[in-house]
Amino acid sequence: MSRSLSYAEAIREALRQAMDLDPAVFLLGEDIGVYGGAFGVTDGLLTTYGPARVRDTPISEAGLAGCAIGAALTGMRPVLEIQFMDFITLCMEQLVLQGAKVRYMFGGRARVPMVLRTPAGSGTGAAAQHSQSLEAWFAHVPGLKVVAPATPADAKGLLLASIRDDNPVIFVEHKLLYRTTGEVPEEPYVVPLGAADVKRAGADVTVVATSVMVARALEAAEQVAADGVSVEVVDLRSIRPLDMDTVLASVRKTGRVVIVHEAVRTLGIGAEVAARIAESDVLYHLHAPIIRLGGQECPIPYNRALERAAVPQVEDILAAVRQIAAA
Amino acid sequence: MKTVPPPTGRGVSRLRTMRLIRAFEEKADELFALGKVHGTMHLSIGQEAVAAGVCGALGPDDYILSTHRGHGHCLARGADVGRMMAEFLGKDTGYCRGRGGSMHIADLESGNLGANGIVAGGLPIATGVGLSITMRKTAQVCVAFFGDGAANEGAFHEAMNLASIWRLPIVFVCENNQYAMSMPVSAAMGVDRISARAAAYNVPGDTVDGMDVAAVEEAAAAAVGRARAGEGPTLLECVTYRYKGHSKSDRQRYRTRDDVEAWQRRDPIARCEARLVAEGALTPERAAEMAAEALAAVDEALRFAEASPEPDPATLLEGVYA
Repeated sequence: MSRSLSYAEAIREALRQAMDLDPAVFLLGEDIGVYGGAFGVTDGLLTTYGPARVRDTPISEAGLAGCAIGAALTGMRPVLEIQFMDFITLCMEQLVLQGAKVRYMFGGRARVPMVLRTPAGSGTGAAAQHSQSLEAWFAHVPGLKVVAPATPADAKGLLLASIRDDNPVIFVEHKLLYRTTGEVPEEPYVVPLGAADVKRAGADVTVVATSVMVARALEAAEQVAADGVSVEVVDLRSIRPLDMDTVLASVRKTGRVVIVHEAVRTLGIGAEVAARIAESDVLYHLHAPIIRLGGQECPIPYNRALERAAVPQVEDILAAVRQIAAA
Repeated sequence: MKTVPPPTGRGVSRLRTMRLIRAFEEKADELFALGKVHGTMHLSIGQEAVAAGVCGALGPDDYILSTHRGHGHCLARGADVGRMMAEFLGKDTGYCRGRGGSMHIADLESGNLGANGIVAGGLPIATGVGLSITMRKTAQVCVAFFGDGAANEGAFHEAMNLASIWRLPIVFVCENNQYAMSMPVSAAMGVDRISARAAAYNVPGDTVDGMDVAAVEEAAAAAVGRARAGEGPTLLECVTYRYKGHSKSDRQRYRTRDDVEAWQRRDPIARCEARLVAEGALTPERAAEMAAEALAAVDEALRFAEASPEPDPATLLEGVYA
């Protein structure tokens, strides 16, 4: 049975089901208890699971990241909420130097089954220190996994998969998606980490997108369909591991590719995807140069119009698709 | 800092541990001088009483988190000397299959969750271990070793606070060896005793003579007992000294030979041995045999390590992900 849930509700349901299924799973983070989380994701969980498993914490991001790692090393499956992805910078040492590396440093013998959930992205007028998309930083680190769901159904399935995974997973939520809705199966299920998804099939242009850009790509695809351009939208879902097989199969078919993410374009995920296309035999199938869209070369500004201009919008994707389709 | 008579029987065992640590590290120093070591290392020679005393106060199921200067903690916790030496030489039979080296030796079977290359890096992790213990409702305890330099990192303060508010079963053991590389404690902090910082977190704080293994063990046992009884964490400062430089790059311009020799006159091994002999717990002959046994154990470990294979580069990517 499935029914319509919001992205936030789907995440909450995954947390509930994970805690119901496994007593080792617990939540910790700032204001996740009685407050329900800064974006309301953990609303009501304290009542069901109590303060030991829905653990409100002081503002102490570095300490909390280490706390999750230590609990994971010794038999628990912590799910840590970091209130804004920007604040993950305070966790950097623990995540990158400790959590990502202990297993390898110890000769492949420790496990760190933890999830760090965090809301990313702009569009809320929160300006430069509460609006970033920093997933590429973590995707650069062997030992971490990074996922960024774009729909409620993927959010639930990817979160359940992340919690069951025996490695540290950075689970990137997007603030603008929390209230978006979609069909979500009631029972627990997993969406495998490292599997992209074709969200719309098409023949002429591939748009590879992540997170909130998937919805914008789908809207652009709908608009150009009226002009007779058939767009295939590939949602990466996982940033690391990266499912290039799905991307390459699509681009081999269409011969035209636009890559779009909200994070800063320079040295972003799109650069990696473009490079891997260029390194493959699919290069010979390209009818036009690859186009990358991403965040501009500035911090996220406060003003509504400036903020909108700082990251790709539907019209930017539309223009790119039209340009590449005409090439 | 009071002097405590060594517990009967245990004293000999702690002496054996300290002898083994020193023999291992003197051999490590020698191997480095011979050019047989690929990386750097951080020797704890002079600090053996802290490792032996604290680990002596732990039970078999307890955890430790160690530091970059961690050979002693690992050996005191009961690690296999051969596998340690093999890791030191980067061999496939080492604790970390040659991936970690001196700075990352871990022995999960003995509850040693690893040395750590980052100053104060293990302290936030200790809070998670402590939380896990309380959630799993076991009677385990976690010891988090760190140095005086780590006490000025934010991670120390965050970990102390989390341990305090959640009453976690952690013993924070500060090995105050007087210098964070070249920075003396007196210049690095505004308190005379690092243990004074415990008051800021409403946690018991104690300072002991870290050159006296029995004093360390008594204080550690009290802290471990509190943790096991659900009474929360303790900050235990052990005042000690490292005889060798910070690492192999250290020209030791920040201290004099006289400084070092003054501390060496309080050597933890010599003091412990003299006391055990004076009390009749050990004959001088047996004491000499114990010293020889430690050297023999390290020689045997070195033979194992040198005979062990190097890791195969084809296995480079093994162990990144579970």
